[in-house]
This record gives sequence, C-alpha cells and structure tokens, in this order.
Amino acid sequence: MSKAFSAIEEEREVERDEFTPGIEPQPTWCPGCGDFGVLKALKGAMAELGKDPEEVLLCTGIGCSGKLNSYFESYGFHTIHGRSLPVARAAKLANHDLEVVAAGGDGDGYGIGGNHFMHTARENHDMTYIVFNNEVFGLTKGQTSPTSPKGHKSKTQPHGSAKDPIRPLSMSLSAGASYVARTAAVNPNQAQEIIVEAIEHDGFSHVDFLTQCPTWNKDAKQYVPYVDVQDSDDYDFDITDRREAADLMHETEDALYDGTVLTGRYYKDENRNSYQQEKQQRGDMPEEPLAERYFDDDYEWERSYDVIDRHK
Amino acid sequence: MTDDELIWRVAGGSGDGIDSTSQNFAKALMRSGLDVFTHRHYPSRIRGGHTYVEIRARDGNVTSRGDGYNFLLALGDSFARNPSEHAVYGDEEVKPLSENLDDLREGGVIVYDEGLLDVEDVPNFEERAEENNWHVYPLDLRSLAKEHGREVMRNTAGVGATAALVDMDLEHIEDLMSDAMGGEILEQNLEVLHDAYEQVNGMEQSHDLTVPEGEHDEEQVLVSGSHGIAYAAIDAGCRFISGYPMTPWTDVFTIMTNLLPDMGGISEQVEDEIAAAALAVGASHSGVKAMSGSSGGGFALMSEPLGLAEMTETPLVLIEAMRAGPSTGMPTKPEQADLEHILYTSQGDSHRVAFGPSDPKECYEQTRAAFEIAYEYQIPSIVVYDQKLSGEYRNVDASFFDRDPAPDLGSTLTEAELEDAPHDETGKYERFQHDVEDGVSPRSIPGQSGGRFLATGNEHWPTGHIAEDPDNRVAQVERRLQKLDAIRDDLDDRDQQVVYGDEDADFGLVVWGSQQGTVEEAVARLNDDGNSVKALGVSDLSPFPAEEVRAFVESVDEAIVVEMSSTKQFRGLIQKEVGDFGGKLSSLLKYNGNPFEPAEIVEAVELEQNGGGEPTAQTTLEPAAGD
Repeated sequence: MSKAFSAIEEEREVERDEFTPGIEPQPTWCPGCGDFGVLKALKGAMAELGKDPEEVLLCTGIGCSGKLNSYFESYGFHTIHGRSLPVARAAKLANHDLEVVAAGGDGDGYGIGGNHFMHTARENHDMTYIVFNNEVFGLTKGQTSPTSPKGHKSKTQPHGSAKDPIRPLSMSLSAGASYVARTAAVNPNQAQEIIVEAIEHDGFSHVDFLTQCPTWNKDAKQYVPYVDVQDSDDYDFDITDRREAADLMHETEDALYDGTVLTGRYYKDENRNSYQQEKQQRGDMPEEPLAERYFDDDYEWERSYDVIDRHK
Repeated sequence: MTDDELIWRVAGGSGDGIDSTSQNFAKALMRSGLDVFTHRHYPSRIRGGHTYVEIRARDGNVTSRGDGYNFLLALGDSFARNPSEHAVYGDEEVKPLSENLDDLREGGVIVYDEGLLDVEDVPNFEERAEENNWHVYPLDLRSLAKEHGREVMRNTAGVGATAALVDMDLEHIEDLMSDAMGGEILEQNLEVLHDAYEQVNGMEQSHDLTVPEGEHDEEQVLVSGSHGIAYAAIDAGCRFISGYPMTPWTDVFTIMTNLLPDMGGISEQVEDEIAAAALAVGASHSGVKAMSGSSGGGFALMSEPLGLAEMTETPLVLIEAMRAGPSTGMPTKPEQADLEHILYTSQGDSHRVAFGPSDPKECYEQTRAAFEIAYEYQIPSIVVYDQKLSGEYRNVDASFFDRDPAPDLGSTLTEAELEDAPHDETGKYERFQHDVEDGVSPRSIPGQSGGRFLATGNEHWPTGHIAEDPDNRVAQVERRLQKLDAIRDDLDDRDQQVVYGDEDADFGLVVWGSQQGTVEEAVARLNDDGNSVKALGVSDLSPFPAEEVRAFVESVDEAIVVEMSSTKQFRGLIQKEVGDFGGKLSSLLKYNGNPFEPAEIVEAVELEQNGGGEPTAQTTLEPAAGD
C-alpha cells in the first residue's frame, strides 16, 4: 500500500452507495435521460471491483455528460470541452496506481476532442473512456452532433445534415484502442459488465454508451430492442480478430441508423502493451508512481549541477 | 569601437555544422579566460540558406552582441542547390561571404574558403575590401580538409586559420576536440587544424587584430537562456514536461527530454499544444511538478487549458519562446510582441504570473521563482523569452548552478494534514475555502484518503461542486484576486528588476527581456562618453511592479521604452499599470527580425536629447503620446 496515498489498492468490501455523494445535487439531467444509466453502471462496476472512491479519478468534458462528476463520489476533474483525455492520461502517467476513467459526450469525444481520442487510443493508456452517445448536442439544446444521422434537422442544420455520421467504433479500432465495446443505457446489466471489463483491461478501453435523449432527440429510438452480439447466433465473430471486428463494427454503425441496435464487445487485444509498459521498457518512465516521490522526505533529488560538466 | 575584443563570425549554409563549430570555439575562448557572448542568425530552413553565429569575446563582462564585428570566417554554402543560377533565394553559394560584408568593421579580417566560393561572384568585393581596409585571406579549406580527412572537416580548418590569424593558442581547441571525438576522426581533425594553422602562419599577414587576454576567478560554463530555463525546472523538482515541437521553444523541450529519463521523470511529445498544456495540468493535479510550453502559435492553443488551470487553481508553469509574428511570422527571428498575448489570453478575468528574464542567469532564477510561486499560490506562471535569448550562449560561474533543489509541492497537504483540514458534513474536502490566508486554499492529491473534491472550470462551492450562487461567486473571485496581492509582496522580496547606469541621471531607458543586456552596454557607453543616463530592466510582467516603475520614471525627465514590437506593447503595459507618464515615455522600436545593437540605442538617446530625429538604422523612434 502506498505511503502517501493510502486510498489506493486498499483491499476491502466497497458498497455501491459509497459512490453516491452524501448530499446529492439536484440532477441537471432530464427524467428518462440515458445518462442515469451510465452513472448507475459506473457505480455498480466500481463497487464490484472493490475500488475506493478516493483511488478513482474521474475526468469529464463539457456537456450533460460532464455533469457525471456531480453525481459520482470520487476525486473528480471536470475539465473543458473535448479535453478530458489529455488531463486523464497525464494523471495516469503521474500516478499509475490511480484508477483513471474519462467520460464525455459524442460531441466532446468525437468532435472537438477527436484528435485527443485518436492519439490516446493509439498510445493505449491503461484507462477507460466512456462516451455518452446520444446522437445530439443536449446541453446547448439539440444541435446536430458528429453522430447525428445524415439528414438530421436542427437549428444549426435547418435543411438536414449533409454529413454522414462518424463511425466511433471503427475509428477507435483503427486508432489503436485495445478494448472496444458498445452498450446502451436501456441494458443496465450488460452496461455494468462491460464497464467492469473495460476497467479491468490493461490498455485503452473505449465504451460507446448509447444514452437516449428524451428532450432533444425525441425521434431517436430508445435503443430498444437491442441485440447483444455475443448472445445472438446471427453474429459469429472472433473478438480478437481485427478484420472480423472491423466488419461487425461497420455493420453495427450502419444498422443503428436503420433502426437495429447492436451492442456488445467488439474488439479486445490482450497482448498489446499499455503505454506505461512501453515507456518503462524504454527507461522513459519510473517504476514507482512519480507522485509518490514528492511525499518521500528521503528522496535524493537530482540537480542540474550533476550535468554541468558538459558546459565547461 | 576599439578592437579590444574579438567578434568572430562564422558563416555558412544551414547544415554546414556552424552551430557545433561555434560552440567549441566559444568554449575555447572562455577557457582561455575571456567572457563570451554568442548571437545566432539562421533562416527557417533545414538545408541551404545562409546562417551565421557570432562570438564576441573580451576580458570582462559582455552583455550584448557588438556593433558589427571584426573577423569573418566565410565557409561558403556547401548545400547550395543551384549555385550557378540566381534562384528565388539568390546566389546561395557566396551568401556566407556576400551577405556578411555590411556589418564588418573597418580593418576587419576575412577568411574565406576559396575551394567553394569565388569572390568574382561577390559584387564589388575588391573595391569594398580596399575601401574598408579589410584584410582578406583566401584559403582552400575544402581541399585542406579532404587532404587529411573528409570535406566536412573544413570547419576545423577554418578554426585553425582563425587561431593563427589572431595569435590564439591551440591548446583549448585541441582539448575540446579530444572531448568531443576520438580515434581516426580525432586524428584527422587535429591534422587539419594544425595544417591550416601552419599554412596561415606561413602567409604574409597585414592585420593587427589579436585575441584579447583575460582571466576568470573561477571555472566557467557556457550556457544559453534555454539551459537556464531547463536547469531551473530540474532544480525546482519538475519531472514532467509535455510539448509539441515549435521553434524556438523546442530547445527547452529537447534539453528537458534528454535529462528527464535519467532523473526518473517523464517527457511527453503529444498531438498538439492544447493537449500539451492539458497534460501538464493533469500531471500537476495528480501531484507531480509539471511544465509545458511553446512559441506564440502553439501558445495560442494553450489558452483554454491555461484558463482551466487558473479556475481550478492547478499549479502550472508554461514557457513561451517568442518569435516574430503574427501567424507563422518569421520562425527563427526574435521579437517581443507576444507580451500582450501571454498577459491577456484566455476568457474572463483571468490572472497569472509572468516573468521576462534577460539573460541565462535570470532565466534560471526566474524559472525557479515561477515554479515556487505557481505551486505556493496555485496559479499558472509563465516565463516568456525569445529566439534571441533561447540560443544565446554566455559564460557563467559554474558554481552558480551549485544550488539546493526545491522540489516542494507548495500549498499541498499530506494525508495527516488532511485529517485536520475542513470537510463538509459528508466528508468531502473543502479544497476551495473562502476565507484563507493570502487567498490560498491548500490542495489535496488524488489517491489521498480524506481528500476527495471536484476540480472544475465552472465556478464552484468550497468542495468544488458547480455553483452560480452570487455570494459564493463574489467570495471565490475575490479570494483568487487576493492571491495576486500576496504574490506581488512576495516578488518585492525577490527584487527581480535591475537598474543600470548613473543613479542621478535625468534621462532614462526602460526595457524588458532579451534586449536588456544590449541596453546595459549602451548605457555604459553613453556614460563613458560623458552623458548621464540610467536604465530600468523589468522582469515582473504580472503582477506588475508598478511602484518600482513609477519611482524610476518619476526620477527622470524623460525616458525611452526599448522593445522589439511595432505597437509599443511594453510602453502600453507601463502606462496601463502605472496610469500616468504618457508625456514622458517615448519608444524605440525594432521589428525587422534582428535584435538591437548597442549603437542603435546610443543613437536614439542622442537623438532624443537633441530634440528628436530619424534614426539611421532600421529602428523607429515614436514620440511620447501626451498625458
């Protein structure tokens, strides 16, 4: 157990209620919002894994999804629009014993933060990224988002969007995520199972979480009925095979806009090193969490004077 | 100017190894007991294009480049693509000679590689040489190098020729070569060096320029402003840097990246500067001393994470290496026109600390101060410098760097301290308390038991939760502002402003950043010539040392504000912060991509004292605006 951070890796039974704030703020989510489903699944997963709320750092972006921190008791960093991932992955580098989870919406993660998404996936940081995908900008009142279907009408796209929606699963796979899944708020058991797996996975886990928006996306289906690709005989594929995963992801992305909700685990690569392992193998990252050093009174700090001879 | 100094300029093509050659020669001069100062001029291209490094060496303190120079080693551009044609960049091959003639002093010495360039291609070369009494020594450096080794060793031949012409002992040069290389390469280089030395000694010599003699009281090291910044970060316990390459910031990024792995630290090259600054915020939030930086264009992308650090009170140190703008501007040329950019970028009533050091030692001191203040007061600190200071080498006492490290995280609690700290009734730590000394509410670090809180860019309650309550808003805004007063008091003790010259003078100069050393030399020269002038060098840009600047300006009848900007940004800052003196402050501006030379400042002061006029150099004198 860490000397400076005793909340970390403390072995104990954890109740799901420990992740509920003692004074729960008035929810800013609408009744029936899919975001409640993410909150519930995340709390359940953390309790199932025996995580202490104070060893968890939950980094969020901006949007309805970013309010997750307000209803989830842990260390939290509600960052800026699209930037949860760079904050989160640095926290993991600074102290790799922390359980780091990042979360944001589809605009946050696939739009404004798309560059960070791509690069965090390729680096394969050992963390979990949950994208609340409701196919619309909710907090700013219903504008078209990167995952809105082609033809989506809104005040910013009055003639219907001319753009094909982004393919979040395919994008994640090609960028380098080593665990990719899609779940839905209407499927709480699967959602919790997937989040548990995502957290346990040693690498970058991406969960595209379908969260219905009853206020701004009334036309959208409530993501029912859904099909779990692992449970259905119609979808026989190898989750560790990149090509088979890619085919099914493509089909899943198309199907959503045709009214068929496919969910489940799509890709898992357990052989790929996490970024931390890669860096440590190169001698570019210490074995002990860097943050510990600042609380170690006996550490002998290196000085610039140690290397001054090269300037003589 | 008398020639009690050697100002040696080595010119060649980009890629000709000018940097390493000049480094070693500067070190040799330093080891011989002289003070040295280097000035680097290069184009924004990797190969081809004319580049030079100038080394000024004399006995005693050198704070600036000189006016012109007195020794040219023109290597010729070996990377010229189409030497026989006048391409878009002109006749490349002779540029290292032709483009350096304007600043060469009367009676100066020229050595050029006749194996590579032909003076017939340099317009009016013979006439100009005669007119200016230049002493010209053509040498086939290329053949000489090839004879003993390889063509690239012609730089070594040039150094050997220089040493012979200025009566410099080869001992230090040989030592430095032995440190840098070995085996056959070393042997060949030594042969080239000696052969060139002897060939030149056998020539008839007409000049009287010799290397000055000097002595240091203690061992010296040759460091640049970038080293000052990076070494201070190391000594401040910074073990995390995130960045994206951009000239000239890349120097600091590279130095840190080379050092950190051996010191158990982490360097991250990331996808863009938004990520770079956001990573530094994330690392700092999690208990590591962290920094990031860029040049103007990249810093623009950092505006948002900078604001996040301000609002969440996450300690952060950012470095901004200015170059001429706007937009891509002139990537390898200095300017001081990002001043307002670094002071005001980011939405809302944002606030930060900013220092503008003037030399490698100040880079070190002020970067250390930036870390201490950032972590003590939980605020972003910015160190702003420029392309000039970034690559400018000077000798410094080696013992200057023999300092205690200061890795302390500042106002951060341990778990034991957290037990006695205020929590709300549900056990959440009150990370952002309203009424605290100096406005600083100590922070906890993720992973600590009893420290959980929410950091958010939204306005927030003491526990961090989002709040739009008016009373809380006012309390939080005022508390964050209160930190600035406390920091100003702290900075007064650190005393980072410098006054040069005649204390009783009634004519003043005000300057900031990299131009300070040049002003210092100009002031010394003016006072030696019977004038009475003093100068104030300002380093604290925010919070501004208003009282100190007011006192200085009040003490003179008139003052010139010297800056590399076309819009008088620094003068504007003074008038904004001090709220007065519009009628007293005129401006000397330069924005052609080259830093000031001392003579340009001397001329401006003389013009102002005689009622104004047009400067001869590419500088602008702007009159005072009137109160």
